[in-house]
Amino acid sequence: MKLQTATRLGLYATLELARQPDRTLSAADLAERFGVSSHHLAKVLRTLSAAGLVQGGRGAAGGYRFTGNRRRTTLMDIVALFEPAPGQRAKEPGEETDIGGALQRVLTEIDEIAEATLRSISLETMLKPAR
Amino acid sequence: MVAIRPAQTTDLEAISALDARLTGSDKPAYWQEMLAPERHFLVAETDKGALAGFIAGEVRAWEFGQPAAGWVFAIQIDPKLRQRGVGSALFDVLVARFKQEGVTRVRTLVDRKDHLILSFFRAQGMVAGPSLQLDKELP
Repeated sequence: MKLQTATRLGLYATLELARQPDRTLSAADLAERFGVSSHHLAKVLRTLSAAGLVQGGRGAAGGYRFTGNRRRTTLMDIVALFEPAPGQRAKEPGEETDIGGALQRVLTEIDEIAEATLRSISLETMLKPAR
Repeated sequence: MVAIRPAQTTDLEAISALDARLTGSDKPAYWQEMLAPERHFLVAETDKGALAGFIAGEVRAWEFGQPAAGWVFAIQIDPKLRQRGVGSALFDVLVARFKQEGVTRVRTLVDRKDHLILSFFRAQGMVAGPSLQLDKELP
């Protein structure tokens, strides 16, 4: 499964902040940790902030902290902020043909399994040491 | 706190009732069969003696070509008593019993639209297993 860069960064940032909810990290701190530009990460953090998952201080030095619920937030909640919803996907050329339709049913099957997996893993489960 | 103990015939009515309330299908004969000696059928009981939940499973070898593993067939917790570790306590005792039987894996099948139970098993450290379930409606 391929995630867009913004989705991956959204997951990284949320999990990193949720690891220690009382700690604040700036966009620059997080960007350095994951080896990406802080400009790119700032945009991702704004999306997470609008969703109520993180809260950010103002200015370049302002830090972000996790404000979501680790038990109730799943990986899918974060993925859905950045990836287009399955139902809102634009029709691909050829999808109306019988072969296109058959291929689409296979791809939908894969998507449903991926979504069930992402929806079943909470941040809490993700951050728990393997047992 | 709850106490975990093997289910008995006298528990079946409460087990059936809890399951029927949660799943909408009443299947007393199925729960009766879970009392078979080779199966592990456990209940969690509150200190007042009420049913808090139950779990059922069995060690099966070569099911679908797979070497022996402990299978979890069912788990239900009274909705009023959730988020208190009852399910985890039942799971832990069942897994300990599986280990006593010499298996090193635990396995289950879950409705992929049932996010609650999927999340529960994920939280126990379970991940996608080696099998893919396939299905077809018969004409």
